[in-house]
Amino acid sequence: MRFLIMVQSNPSSRAYLESLTEAEQEAFGRAHLALDSALLDSGHLVASQGLADPAEARRVTVRDGAVVATDGPFAEVKEHLAGFYLVDCTDLDEAISIAARVPDAAFTHVEVRPVLDFSAWEE
Amino acid sequence: MPGRSEPSGGLDTLLRRLAPSVLATVARRHGDFGTAEDAVQEALLAAATRWPAHGVPDNPVGWLVTVASRRWVEGWRQDTARRQREVALAVRAADPPEIAERDDSLLLLVLCCHPALTPVSQVGLTLRAVGGLTTAEIGRALLVPEATVGQRISRAKARIRGTRFTLPGPAELPDRIAAVRQVLYLIFTEGHTASSGRELHRVDLAAEAIRLTRLLYADQPDDRLGDGETAGLLALMLLTDARRPARLRPDGTLAVLADQDRSRWDRAAIAEGIALLEKVLPAANIGAFAIQAAIAAVHAEAPTAEQTDWPQILGLYDVLRVRAPGGMVELNRVVALAMVHGPAAGLAALAQAAADPAIAGHHRTIAVRAHLLERRGELAAARAAYLEAAAATLNLAERRHLEARAAALAGPGVPR
Repeated sequence: MRFLIMVQSNPSSRAYLESLTEAEQEAFGRAHLALDSALLDSGHLVASQGLADPAEARRVTVRDGAVVATDGPFAEVKEHLAGFYLVDCTDLDEAISIAARVPDAAFTHVEVRPVLDFSAWEE
Repeated sequence: MPGRSEPSGGLDTLLRRLAPSVLATVARRHGDFGTAEDAVQEALLAAATRWPAHGVPDNPVGWLVTVASRRWVEGWRQDTARRQREVALAVRAADPPEIAERDDSLLLLVLCCHPALTPVSQVGLTLRAVGGLTTAEIGRALLVPEATVGQRISRAKARIRGTRFTLPGPAELPDRIAAVRQVLYLIFTEGHTASSGRELHRVDLAAEAIRLTRLLYADQPDDRLGDGETAGLLALMLLTDARRPARLRPDGTLAVLADQDRSRWDRAAIAEGIALLEKVLPAANIGAFAIQAAIAAVHAEAPTAEQTDWPQILGLYDVLRVRAPGGMVELNRVVALAMVHGPAAGLAALAQAAADPAIAGHHRTIAVRAHLLERRGELAAARAAYLEAAAATLNLAERRHLEARAAALAGPGVPR
C-alpha cells in the first residue's frame, strides 16, 4: 500500500524554524536527507520532494479552452504543503512509524493519507 | 534513458534474451558485477541504436561482450585517472571469452536476489540485470520514478560489491533459489494486478516474470534439489495468467473468477501448467507454490463455475494452511469451505479466522462475509457488509465491484 506523508507548514512551525540557528537549520535539512536515504535503503521510498514557497505558486484554470495562470491569492493561506514523502508500506501502522521519523513531526504535525489503488484485482 | 523502450520489435526481445550471457561473461572477465552491469546496459543501448541500421552481427553475444568490455575498460580508466587510485585490478581483456555458460541465468538470479538486499531492490536488480530492462522501463512498470529505481539499483549493487561471482555451495543454494522464486513471484503479482488499461506503454511484468521463471527452470532442473517448487511456481504463473484475457469485460469492468467467460481462457497456458504440475505432484514434500498451482488447476479444469470441484479445493487449502499459514490462505479456505458445506458453516469458520486481528478488519474479510450473508438470504445485512467492504478498500476497481453487488441487492423488500 502506498501512503502520502504530507509535511505541513503553518505560522507556528515557521516561527520555530526561523528561531533556529543556521547550524540547526542545516542539521534540520540534513535530517530530511538522511531520512530520504534510509527510506531508500529500506525499500519504502517511492518519491519525496520539498516544495517552494507558496509565493512561487500559480493558480491554473481552463475556461472555454483558454488557460489562465494567476498569482495567488495565497498570502492569506495560513497552512500549506511544504513537502511530501510517498512511501510503500505494508499497512497504516508502518506508515505512521515512518511519519514519526519526519523531522517536522517533532514541532508541527505531518499527515498520513492512503493512496488509492487503480489496479484491477481478482478474487 | 532514451532508446530501447519499444516493447514490440524482435530486436528488443533478442537483446533481452542475450543480456544474461553477456553480463555473466563480462562480470567473470572483469571480476566486478556492478560495473559490468553498467557496461552491459551501455552495450545493449549501443546495439539497439546500431543494429537496426547495420544489421545484427554474426555473433551478437561476442559483439555485445566486446562493446561492453570496451566500455568497462574506459570506465575503469576514467575512474582510476580521476581518483588517482592504485588499484591492482587486472584487465584480462585478452582472455578467450567463456561465453554462454549453462548456469548463467541461475547465477545472476541468485546474485540479484542476494539476502542482503530488500525485496524492492531484488526486484529492480533482477529486472535490469537478468531481464535486460532499462531503469526507465522498470520505473514505468512498477509505477516508481525512474530516479528512484536508478538509486535502488546502484545502492543494491554497492551493497553486494565484492560478492564472489560463483554459485553458493550446495548447503546454501536451496535457500537462495527459494529467495529467487519469491522475487519472481513478486514481479508476477505486481504485473498481474495491474489493470490492462494502463499497460499500453508498460512492460508486461507478468510475462516477464514467466520468462525469467522459465530461465530459472531451465537452469535449475528440480531434480537437482529434490523439490518441485520452481516447476510449481511456473505452473502457478501460467495457470493464473491464463485467466487474464477474461479478467476484464469489454466495458472495462472487472470479472471475478466465477463470472469470467471461460472460453477466453488461454488453453495452451493451462495445458502447459497442468503438464508441469503432473511432474511435481507425486513428490512427497509438495511445496506451497505447487499447492497453489494445483488449486488454480482445479479452477482451470472446471467447464463452468458451478462445476468447480470445491471439495478438492478445500482439501488443497487444508494442506496449504499447514505448509504456508497466512491470513489470505485462511480467507480463501473459508470461501472453499462455504462452497462445500454451505454459507452457515462458512460464516462460522470466518468468525474463527477473524480472531486473527490481521484478518479481522481487512476489506476482503468483510467482502467474504457479505457474500456468505447474501447466499444465506440475509440481503439487508449482506448489502450493508458490501458497502462496508467498498468503503474499506483503496482499490477503485474492487470498490466499483463491491458497490455494484450492494446495488444489486437493493431490490424490493430489501430495507435500505
